Amino acid sequence: MKYLHLIWAALFRRKTRTILTLLSIIMAFLLFGMLDAVRISFAEAGQSANGAERLQTGARLSFIQTLPKSLTEKIAAVPGVKDVAFANWFGGAYQDPHNQVFTFAVSDNYLDVYPEVIVSAEDRKAFADDLNGILAGEMLIKKYGWKIGDTIPLQSQIFPNQEGSKNWSFKLVGVMSSKDGRAFQSGMIILHWKKFDETTPYNQGEVGWYVSRVTDVNQADRIARDIDALSANSDHETKTQTEQAATRNWIKQMADIGLIVTSIMGAVFFTLVLLTGNTMMQAVRERTNELAVLKTMGFSNHKVLGLVLGESVLLLLLGGAIGLALVSVIGAALPAMSGGMINNTHVGISSWVVGIALATGIGLLIGALPATRAMRINIVDALAGR
Amino acid sequence: MKFLVGLLTFLAVIVGVFAFLNLSWLALLGVLVLLALWMLLTRRGRQAASVTGIGVSTLPQRLGSSAVIVVGIAGVVGVLVAMLAMANGFRETLARTGSNDTVIVMRGASASEVSSVLGHDATVVIAQAPGIAKDDQGRPIASPELVVAANLPMMGGDPEEDFGSVQVRGIGDMAWELRRNATIIEGRKFTPGMRELVAGKGAQRQFQGLEVGHEVKLGNQLWTVVGIFESDDAMESELWGDAGVVGPTYRPNGGNSRTSVFARLTGADAFDAFKAALVSDPRLQVDVDTTLNYFSKQSEGTSKAITVIGMVVGTIMAIGAVFGALNTMFAAVATRAREIATLRAIGFRGLPVVIAIMLETMLLALLGGVLGGFIAWLIFNGYTASTLAAGSTGQLTFELSVAPAVLWTGIKWALAIGFIGGLYPALRAARMPVTTALRES
Repeated sequence: MKYLHLIWAALFRRKTRTILTLLSIIMAFLLFGMLDAVRISFAEAGQSANGAERLQTGARLSFIQTLPKSLTEKIAAVPGVKDVAFANWFGGAYQDPHNQVFTFAVSDNYLDVYPEVIVSAEDRKAFADDLNGILAGEMLIKKYGWKIGDTIPLQSQIFPNQEGSKNWSFKLVGVMSSKDGRAFQSGMIILHWKKFDETTPYNQGEVGWYVSRVTDVNQADRIARDIDALSANSDHETKTQTEQAATRNWIKQMADIGLIVTSIMGAVFFTLVLLTGNTMMQAVRERTNELAVLKTMGFSNHKVLGLVLGESVLLLLLGGAIGLALVSVIGAALPAMSGGMINNTHVGISSWVVGIALATGIGLLIGALPATRAMRINIVDALAGR
Repeated sequence: MKFLVGLLTFLAVIVGVFAFLNLSWLALLGVLVLLALWMLLTRRGRQAASVTGIGVSTLPQRLGSSAVIVVGIAGVVGVLVAMLAMANGFRETLARTGSNDTVIVMRGASASEVSSVLGHDATVVIAQAPGIAKDDQGRPIASPELVVAANLPMMGGDPEEDFGSVQVRGIGDMAWELRRNATIIEGRKFTPGMRELVAGKGAQRQFQGLEVGHEVKLGNQLWTVVGIFESDDAMESELWGDAGVVGPTYRPNGGNSRTSVFARLTGADAFDAFKAALVSDPRLQVDVDTTLNYFSKQSEGTSKAITVIGMVVGTIMAIGAVFGALNTMFAAVATRAREIATLRAIGFRGLPVVIAIMLETMLLALLGGVLGGFIAWLIFNGYTASTLAAGSTGQLTFELSVAPAVLWTGIKWALAIGFIGGLYPALRAARMPVTTALRES
């Protein structure tokens, strides 16, 4: 620690070069922080404490198939199931048919299985009392400037109402919010399944999927199998998964995020190693004289090695820390930019740990060659300028 | 004052770079020709050429630091080209699926095939519309089709847990006539009325058990895979079966309904009349579009998203690479300070020196761009990726396509990075007071 001052002075001997190199490192770690936040937010999707106790049951045949509503009571009777809610895909679009707004037609107890969704008591009562009412997520309300009591015209991409028109209109009676907007309901609309089922001739007592809560998370697998056994060999076989598994499956089908992130970061860090490595080589080459003087004064070979290694590690750590800190600043804009897809914006502890480990590792790697060279400097030759 | 000048140069550079990135190759060729003429014909031009020559000839001595520019830029271009190739491959695959003289008819305001429903009567009416081409026997080449989805175990996953969605298309005889590019490469076509499927080559790569002679379970029914087809477009990611059998499986109450009607027109010019006839028909409420338009629109959102991600990542990397290039060139200028000062002392002007250093940097950048593009092409051209595409209900496999336009964008980015990375060191070299520089050791 007592040599920190010396290392620092050596580092900023050539200000332009060090600052330019530092900026390169900052950019690399900025990218690392952002991509890691994206990766984690996809990896952690559906991994909430509440999500662990939820099971999703859909048709085994495909996600566009519906299931009979009569399964509700049967699933509720499976030992270990606390409660069962269900929902249907509505396929809503607002203003423009291509402007999709996620809309589910849900059972009355749907909100009970999602305790992380915050709805005020009045709003819940208003929703329960009004068959034509809808609840909208806070993000949608902000985006479109809706107010409670507004009539919201929604176009269904699939279902016509009793007049055969796909233009539905609902009354907004309340808001769904959640802590940090983390529940997906913050960006969607729910309407009454009863209203949906009564109105559209296309749906007769069918539901899209069931969401059930289990009393004991450890028994989730057994309960999932029991639920699927209810309709085995019928014409509506089901597939039950934990919410986490289902979400992971969806994301995997969208893209292999992990692979993309890893490949990009591989390219970035490979370039970074080369770039900073070159800077360090230059720095040591320039200072051959000074290092020789240090040795003359009695600095041991290992101390010189340590000084140069310390310099490169410090450079990387400085750049890495600034880069990751920048992510937290910029990150605030990410959820809006990605349309709510990415909700993990702060750099978590794990990202910091990985980032700092990477910085140290790269620092040691690029410092190794110049440091050995510095260690092997022959005092007489160096001072003679040979 | 100095700061203001610096700021103004910076703004001018940013604007210039954006203009440059949108430049066509023809305009760039013009700039190159002008530069070459200037170098050949004017005195200063010749000076610039000779200074550049000196700089380039000393490059091998600065191999390590020059490599920083080349590799740094190769990294940026490689990542950018790979991302753009992904967007491009996705777009091309869907664009290939459609053409100008085939049309798709869906129920009005349906965002995609799977959310559309057309009753049996409607499909009959649509097939009789004017402008549809006829086959040898005089039947209209119109194919009512039913698009649904099925869950199948994914390749390389747990067959009980890792399910993926595949699009299943129920078709009739006419579909083969309509899509002549779809050919059976293994096995045979399905027999109408049987629970038989043909699988696209892309779907086969994505899911387990899609081999000729194997049985797959769709829900609780067993279907036999009897053939593999190849069509080199988005259809290749689908399973095809007889619409008359697929229908009742999925829609016990409405087995006769379809999701869409595809038809071949007598020509692209027949579209307006065809559309007018269907839209004005009081028995129908449908949207009509050419398949080219329909499938291109499906790819819009996803390919735009991939492009934006590529650009954002590319920009951040490019900024890093600019700093790397600046570093190298500042060092190069510093080591050659005496040489440059000598040149200026014997009468060389500032401009040739600036041009020479910029050209040197951009040459290295070009090298990096070509290298990065080449590596990306080597690894990613034809690389198979898949996604759950918007508007489709199944995995869509596509190949990354490193098209010339994509490579060109990469090269342009490389040159832009080289331009910024070379400009400031060049300006410094030109502004250096001759006397101080000569005295420097």
